[in-house]
Amino acid sequence: MQSFRLPTEPLVVIQPSRKWSLLNLTDIWAYRELLFFLTWRDVKVRYKQTALGAAWAILQPLFMMLIFTIFFGRLAGVGSAGIPYPLFALGGLVPWTFFSNAITASGNSLVGSAHLITKVYFPRLIVPAAAMLAGLVDFLLAFLLLCLLMVYYRVTITVQILFLPVLVLLTALFSLGVGTWMSALNVKYRDVRFALPFLIQLWLFVSSVILPSSSVPPKWRWLLLLNPMSAIIEGYRSALFGLPFDWPALSVAAVLTLLVLLYAIYAFARVERSFADII
Amino acid sequence: MEPIIRVQDLGKQYHLGGPAAAYSTLRETIMELARKPLRSLTRNGNASTIWALKDIDFEIAPGEIVGIIGRNGAGKSTLLKILSRIVEPTEGRVELYGRVASLLEVGTGFHPELSGRENIFLNGSILGMTRKEIERKFDEIVSFAEVERFIDTPVKRYSSGMYVRLAFAVAAHLEPEILVVDEVLAVGDHRFQQKCLSKMHDVATHGRTILFVSHNMGAVSRLCQRTILLNEGRVVTIGPTPEVVQLYTVSNTLGRAEYLQPAAPQKAMNLRRVAILKDGEMRAEVGYHESFSIHVEYEVNRALAGGNVGIGLFSADGTCVFASADFDAHPELLEMRDAGYYHADVEVPAQWLTNGRYVVHVYLSSGAGTEIYDSPEALVFTIVDTGTPGSKYGVRRSGVLQPILEWKTERTS
Repeated sequence: MQSFRLPTEPLVVIQPSRKWSLLNLTDIWAYRELLFFLTWRDVKVRYKQTALGAAWAILQPLFMMLIFTIFFGRLAGVGSAGIPYPLFALGGLVPWTFFSNAITASGNSLVGSAHLITKVYFPRLIVPAAAMLAGLVDFLLAFLLLCLLMVYYRVTITVQILFLPVLVLLTALFSLGVGTWMSALNVKYRDVRFALPFLIQLWLFVSSVILPSSSVPPKWRWLLLLNPMSAIIEGYRSALFGLPFDWPALSVAAVLTLLVLLYAIYAFARVERSFADII
Repeated sequence: MEPIIRVQDLGKQYHLGGPAAAYSTLRETIMELARKPLRSLTRNGNASTIWALKDIDFEIAPGEIVGIIGRNGAGKSTLLKILSRIVEPTEGRVELYGRVASLLEVGTGFHPELSGRENIFLNGSILGMTRKEIERKFDEIVSFAEVERFIDTPVKRYSSGMYVRLAFAVAAHLEPEILVVDEVLAVGDHRFQQKCLSKMHDVATHGRTILFVSHNMGAVSRLCQRTILLNEGRVVTIGPTPEVVQLYTVSNTLGRAEYLQPAAPQKAMNLRRVAILKDGEMRAEVGYHESFSIHVEYEVNRALAGGNVGIGLFSADGTCVFASADFDAHPELLEMRDAGYYHADVEVPAQWLTNGRYVVHVYLSSGAGTEIYDSPEALVFTIVDTGTPGSKYGVRRSGVLQPILEWKTERTS
């Protein structure tokens, strides 16, 4: 009857996990296809039953840019580091929209996947990660809009654009960190769902999307360093429009991103085992 | 033989209030913190927790199909959830010497907006199949589900039968070494259920191990060689399926000769009392030569059309001996039943049931059977051998009934 040989060591041992258990990376690697399928599902389903479909990925930053240009660029006349304000705004809004959508989606992802989590095993980290990755597709679409606007304003591309992939990676990792952390908190405290939109709105104002970081008085500028998004968004503008990079700020942002991500994964792993019990 | 699953001292503790209510708001946590110093003074042991599972030990050999039975709340689902790694045990250890796939529900992760084709890939990958595996089995899955023509239609347009068939089909093509299955076969039409059972049987004969939870004693008896009986989080017994099923069916009500239930005015109909009566007296044992009645008392709280009362008599191995409903004798009660307190007696003739233990189920339901008001597993009683034809001649006669029938015998030549 037995058509295969039993391994001498158990493939899986199930027991109460120790408090300091580490994230099971081999497990996540084994489930990489599921990560792909969940991302693919989110992308496919997101704009189903909408009249405008994937155009929403472009309309969101476009309308924000128009509103910002009218209110901040024209009426308030804020500075924009020597580039046309619409371009300045969109250059910040495209990565910002990715970030805010990604943390919203992944923050709510675990609770939204309760039916999966209580019925089948897979590394739970895949859920917020897939929600973040699905946002990356919208980001690419919105990026096309930014390219068109750059052509319109005849922006000359410099070698600095080669740094763009690093910035996208940083944005993705930081979104993953914040999103993962929020998603774990959300399982225990449903307050997160209500607090997150406020947090994002406040965060927008301190992320150099509306104003360049140079407009912040020098004695307060160190505060901006605490927010990796500010340096990352300024980084996008530097890479795209050929402005000088603020290397110290970017380095701090990169270190903070890694710290946030590591902390988020640690916090996530600590509560992961009880998700199915309390969700 | 070396086991493929080894469970040692497994236990799972839940905090009372239920897992569903355990998530909290920040405010509650802050309040809780403020209350903590007080609580640690007044706390009396761990009165606020329950063990959903405790001291579970068993081993399962490769290729076995093992049933897990027990009444609701016995810990069956918790055990399956631990084995499928959905929840973590509080204590103890499980060793699995093979890949596990769990099927606690059919169609986990199906998305209504996606087509049948897309859902096969999504669901398959959620259940742990690789993309290559799904591609290889795709045609087989589609034809098993009999949905070829609709494979590119969003599943939200599927009939519920098609939906369930597709979901089953994906699950039926899983090829893990260990398959953990919950009560999923309770849905779907009968023919398709049979198809799935036989598919599962095929899988098992190829050396795969299956753990199968069900309330359907028939399915357990047909499929499983060994069965684990759980009660209140503990293993009552592990053994050959027929013995365990019999023990369960009988122990389930523990020879209760009377079933009582308080009034429940919010329900349309409410069962109050069930008893086995012989000449107006309550009996847990009835002789083979005696007739007796199954006595049912119930309350109708508001006038009701379509309500009916039924009984089912089951032998200890779970076979239904007969079922009967009050509208068989009183069709007018099906049309209208006025509010009030009712007594009903169903006469069971003497010299009819063979000796042994029997279970009586009672149900109160609306006419179409769509709404069940009450359906406890009410009573167990014993027919005592007071000289059955079988015992008279020293042979146990097979069959649930042992009537003394009229034989017209003539000598014709």
